[in-house]
Amino acid sequence: MSWVVAVAQMLLVAVLAPFTIGVTKAVRARLEGRAGGRFGQPWRDLRKLLRKPPISPADAGMFFLAAPPVLMATSLIVAFTAPFVTTVGVGGSADLIVVVGVLLLGTVALALAGLDTGTAFGGMGSSREMAIAALVEPTLLLSVFALSTRVGTTSLGRIVEAGASDPARVFTPTSLLALAALGIAVLAETGRIPVDNPSTHLELTMVHEAMTLEYAGRDLAQVEWASAMRLTILLGLLGNLFVPWGVATELSPGWLAFGAVALVVKVLGLAALLAAGEVFLAKLRLFRMPELLAGSFALALLAVLASTILA
Amino acid sequence: MIDRAPTTVIEVTGAADLAGQATRLLAAGHRLALIAAHHDTAEHPGGPAIRIVYLFTAGPPDQRVELILRADPDRPHIPSLAALSFPAGRFEREMRDLFGVEPDNHPLPRQLVRHPHWPVGWHPMRHDAPARPPMTAAEPFPFLTVEGDGVYEIPVGPVHAGLIEPGHFRFSVVGETILRMKARLWYVHKGIEKLFEDKLATEAVPLAERISGDTAVGHGLAYALAVEDALGVTVDPGIQRARLALLELERLHNHVADIGALCNDVAYGIAHAHTQRIRERLFRLNARVTGHRLLRGSIRPGCVQVLEVPAIAEIKEIAGDLADIVEIALRHTVVRDRFTGTATLTRQQAADIGTLGYVARASGLTYDARIAHPLADVEVTPVVRTGGDVLARFQVRAEEAAASAALLAELLPTLAAGLFGTPPGMPGTHRSGVGIVEGWRGAIVHRAEIGPDGRLSRVKVVDPSFLTWPALPIALADTIVPDFPLTNKSFNLSYAGNDL
Repeated sequence: MSWVVAVAQMLLVAVLAPFTIGVTKAVRARLEGRAGGRFGQPWRDLRKLLRKPPISPADAGMFFLAAPPVLMATSLIVAFTAPFVTTVGVGGSADLIVVVGVLLLGTVALALAGLDTGTAFGGMGSSREMAIAALVEPTLLLSVFALSTRVGTTSLGRIVEAGASDPARVFTPTSLLALAALGIAVLAETGRIPVDNPSTHLELTMVHEAMTLEYAGRDLAQVEWASAMRLTILLGLLGNLFVPWGVATELSPGWLAFGAVALVVKVLGLAALLAAGEVFLAKLRLFRMPELLAGSFALALLAVLASTILA
Repeated sequence: MIDRAPTTVIEVTGAADLAGQATRLLAAGHRLALIAAHHDTAEHPGGPAIRIVYLFTAGPPDQRVELILRADPDRPHIPSLAALSFPAGRFEREMRDLFGVEPDNHPLPRQLVRHPHWPVGWHPMRHDAPARPPMTAAEPFPFLTVEGDGVYEIPVGPVHAGLIEPGHFRFSVVGETILRMKARLWYVHKGIEKLFEDKLATEAVPLAERISGDTAVGHGLAYALAVEDALGVTVDPGIQRARLALLELERLHNHVADIGALCNDVAYGIAHAHTQRIRERLFRLNARVTGHRLLRGSIRPGCVQVLEVPAIAEIKEIAGDLADIVEIALRHTVVRDRFTGTATLTRQQAADIGTLGYVARASGLTYDARIAHPLADVEVTPVVRTGGDVLARFQVRAEEAAASAALLAELLPTLAAGLFGTPPGMPGTHRSGVGIVEGWRGAIVHRAEIGPDGRLSRVKVVDPSFLTWPALPIALADTIVPDFPLTNKSFNLSYAGNDL
């Protein structure tokens, strides 16, 4: 039973992911006074790309070919095991260190693929991505650690469950500090403004897009889909860690259905919030990035300190 | 009516005379505006020769001096002025490619316009140039290699993402810092100067309007002024005021677009979206005023046609709208941080290279052809900033757009809709004339020569981009790679106007 639920949770995240991107684009367009596309446009783009055969650069090797399935697999595994719809059974069994590690595996796979193309843009994107990842990963780990100390476990399922059963624990200084740190880390990890600009066409300014420039057809569809799932996963975790209500704490059909709806609402709501925030932001100079990310790390560190002192 | 002294023409003989005259003029504050080669046949006064015209301008008061040097048409050699003036060296390389004129003692006698796949020894601007021999298929692409630990190259273009003209940029980079940037342009040689030849002087404005699509009025007007100057036509001040109004409308819609694009390059999309809205409004206004969204088709030698005089209230509304966007953008700390100190061009560098327009004025130079070579009696105050960075170029644009709106408010009440003026008649003799206009990118200079039958024998066009492009790699020293697109946009030079 719990396996079936986990598979369903994974499929839900996979189906939801392109809509998450669609919502960010549509909301941003509306707020800027443009008509913009519909929520489902990324799905149409994926369908189009999936029908096209991939093309590889002449010099590309196995890392280039392996990255799309690896990236896809890491996103699916996290969607399968982390507590999105339910905290019970396989679907809520993930450990936070494992989740951060698996996501990092996808990041590294794509960075290697960028280098593997042998083009200047790919290498440039990879080096920037790694520099940012090196600053972001500690923050991701540390900020969730701050939340785990009150529960005494690093299991994401237990942390979310504890929050759902005892709301008073969610609104603490620790949580607020951790939320701020994690929020910035998520922006950096998913390549959003002010760290990266997902809608630019200027190759020289790109981070994430520079690594994926050489992908086409089905390969590109996988990379785009997996990236959309990463955004969905991180927004979903952010939602469930700080607004834990609605997550199914038992495996009854009613609870699960409610959990699924709650997840969709939280993710799309956060996506809209993200897009609305982006309208007011501009992209930081690349060399200012360490300041922002070091700031988020300091917040995460304070959150950990607060959680031990105030606990 | 603006009176000006007639153009002084000085025939020079030999290297020492030329260098002496050029030194004297440059020291007296003149600017080398243009060097044009002419392949004269026996029909021309003075007989067959390669005739080089050096145009020096200064103002106010409006002064123009032409130095004329004759070279042997079979083995043309000229003394190089590259040691006196950086722009001269560029003009000489251009002439070397298109006319086969060899500049002696040139410090960098390399090809400029022609790519290596052009046929060797084929100089298309000569009268005796044969039909184009076949191009060679492959092109060697040698670049100076910067050596050192961790130095790598980033090749970009000539085909770019987005709607950008073609140009190849080769960056030598350590980490993210640009050590050297080499731009290779000249992918869009259309032979425009050749296309002017043998056209009726009164009918070639449509070609001039298409030299650079975003500068239809600037180039069209410079051409019309050159023809009027050649034919000795005096134009009614009312006509000149209508032309100035069109010029300001062009400046307005281009500056609006650039202000938005600069914001977009730092991912501040909302400012871009709103400037696009204003730009579209201006395009529709342009269409009502001239029948064309890019203001084509209004200006002819001796004439101007205005279909509708725009309402001052609408111009003021647009200017106010734009001022709001500029203020919001500059109040944004991240946008301001991205602009400030990025790709600084010092005053000295800007002057040495001979930059024009907003690039020069953002580095503290005051030159503005509307003041140096006025067309009508209107007050223009140049907008000058001294920062030399992207912020200064942004602010100069913003303030110039506001000044354009103010100037329009002054000009529009004196205008009326309709077709004014008469086209000039036949000259009867060989004539030449110069037109100088402050286009939105900077000073545009056209020099036209007209035969006795009223047909053009030669038109030389200088877009400000030709003189300003070399400043871009210099401003980029110590800039980081991800700031290049922003820097390039802050210069926003024309590829089509540069490579005729």
